[in-house]
Amino acid sequence: MNNDGFIDLKGRKVLIHDMSLRDGMHAKREQISTAQMIAVASALDDAGVPLMQVAHGGGLGGNSLQHGFAMHSNEEYWDAVMPHIKRAKVSVLLIPGMGTMKELQSAYDHGVRSVSVATHCTEADTTPQHIAYARKLGMDTVGFLMMAHLNTPEGLSQQGKLMESYGAECIYVTDSAGYMLPEDVKRRVRALREVLKPETQIGFHGHHNLGMGIANSIAAIEEGASRIDASVAGLGAGAGNTPLEVFVAVCERMGIDTGCDLFKLMDMAEDIIVPMMDQMVRVDRASLTLGFAGVYSTFLLHAKRLGAKYGLPARDILVELGRKKMIGGQEDMIEDTALTMAKVRGLIKDKAA
Amino acid sequence: MKKIRCALIGSGNIGTDLIYKIQRSPLLEPVWMVGIDANSEGLKMAREMGLKTTHEGVDGLLPHVLADNIQIAFDATSAYVHKSNSDKLTALGVMMIDLTPAAIGPLCVPPVNLAEHATQGAMNVNMISCAGQATIPMVRAVSRVQGVKYAEIIASVASKSIGPGTRANLDEFTYTTSNAIEVVGGARKGKALVVVNPAEPPMLMRNTIYCLTDDAPDEAKIIESVQQMITEVQKYVPGYRLVNGPVFDGNKVAIFMEVKGLGDYLPTYAGNLDIMTAAATRTAEMFAEGILAGRIKLKEAA
Repeated sequence: MNNDGFIDLKGRKVLIHDMSLRDGMHAKREQISTAQMIAVASALDDAGVPLMQVAHGGGLGGNSLQHGFAMHSNEEYWDAVMPHIKRAKVSVLLIPGMGTMKELQSAYDHGVRSVSVATHCTEADTTPQHIAYARKLGMDTVGFLMMAHLNTPEGLSQQGKLMESYGAECIYVTDSAGYMLPEDVKRRVRALREVLKPETQIGFHGHHNLGMGIANSIAAIEEGASRIDASVAGLGAGAGNTPLEVFVAVCERMGIDTGCDLFKLMDMAEDIIVPMMDQMVRVDRASLTLGFAGVYSTFLLHAKRLGAKYGLPARDILVELGRKKMIGGQEDMIEDTALTMAKVRGLIKDKAA
Repeated sequence: MKKIRCALIGSGNIGTDLIYKIQRSPLLEPVWMVGIDANSEGLKMAREMGLKTTHEGVDGLLPHVLADNIQIAFDATSAYVHKSNSDKLTALGVMMIDLTPAAIGPLCVPPVNLAEHATQGAMNVNMISCAGQATIPMVRAVSRVQGVKYAEIIASVASKSIGPGTRANLDEFTYTTSNAIEVVGGARKGKALVVVNPAEPPMLMRNTIYCLTDDAPDEAKIIESVQQMITEVQKYVPGYRLVNGPVFDGNKVAIFMEVKGLGDYLPTYAGNLDIMTAAATRTAEMFAEGILAGRIKLKEAA
């Protein structure tokens, strides 16, 4: 660091992990066709993005009434994209309690070589069997601590240490609610760096609900993170993920080495991703509420749909979910909360005995 | 009145809570608690409550089974050691109530199929999982009205109510519960999701049950069936409550439940613990009645 606080990141290597075909599934209500998957995966590969996640938005086991049924099974998506990828590796998300080792084995059998094993930021001890299994398969194995703003830097670093002890080779600070500010990210990455082995990598997964995706990712790199999740044109839950092409442009300006072709990414954002969007993925009233109140980004479209069904503003539902401390995976509690609010407000009759 | 003498294997949350439930039973008496850690909180508590204890696992109990006339054992250890525990004890004529996801014996949800198991006198019955006990009665409440092609349950539990064994083996929990939704719940396909929530103060156990019916749901009959089933479960878990629903949306039926525990070993938020131990106790009582009345003859010690 120079005297004026400037941290020179020139020459730093960062691995970019694309989320368009997994987190992006949330923004598309899980409705992405195999043809669209192939178009996006081929373009990412051609632009030099080294790692891309392909799956239902909830990852392994995500197809459900709770999380929506995708147009195809994960296996059909993997089989569709694999022949079109020349250089990149394909990854998947596994949230224990939803995804299982049987599904991880199937992912491996269909060519997936990296897995983010994800839990809420305080529940790392629900991951040992999945992390160990991924390592046994020889997969690149990431421990992914979601809603990281809900744990202290010290608490989060202990959870990361647990995942490292199970075999994780990289630990993520995951800002699922898009709530964090750069200083929050720095403190958490720094705390992890202090306790993890030097060879264990650190990653950051952002959501753009407060418009901080890029700034937070750079803050993470300044503290030693070397993997960044992002999605082209931000296609992801809430106000989207860190917009990948913007992030790569910033990295080029700062001299950070991503190995990606900026102009190709700009073109695919404009020509492939934006035309796929059902609604513009951007900071709006509801997605800003997520970031402001610290609510899981995936809740956004559910809250909008159920708000319309029961005559409630989506924002009111989201704020109440935040107050009740609901976490990722509790999408059923959105309708439950909407029903209870609608009863209290006299919008529906209380049938429950 | 004569009581059936019981052993509890596993000194974690479930085993310890079981002591309270069994001590209140008119038909059961807790006599032994088996652990593997001499310093465990559960064993200490068991001794204070008047039980005999061993920290040498099931092998520490075996020499006392016949002398102490142990006839029912509850296993709250893990799926991996259950079979070996069960083999050793059933060989001595002890009937096993399995609270692990091992599921080597028939699956039991009291208001759905306990009577059937008690007449058949199985030597090992499995209690599935807390999520299974909390949700399968509702799946059955719908499937006994009309065909259910798919049922999905989401159980949210307080982080503080889930012990290390369950945490380290979540997949077994998922597999066993999904299977039981089909076998006991009566859905042609079942799926179980579990979420561990660390909120403070801890949240009450919440369960959501979704069923997809073959034909348009018969709303009035389903509502009546659900209410009847809730009354049945409330006989042994008073805090089992409908919060919202049933909500009908096309062929989808959604039921939103809450389970408040009795607050025996863990506070009331741990409804998941209660529904498991209460179901196991009710199951054991049904068998105990049969044994005391001579209807069920436990196999003679080999």
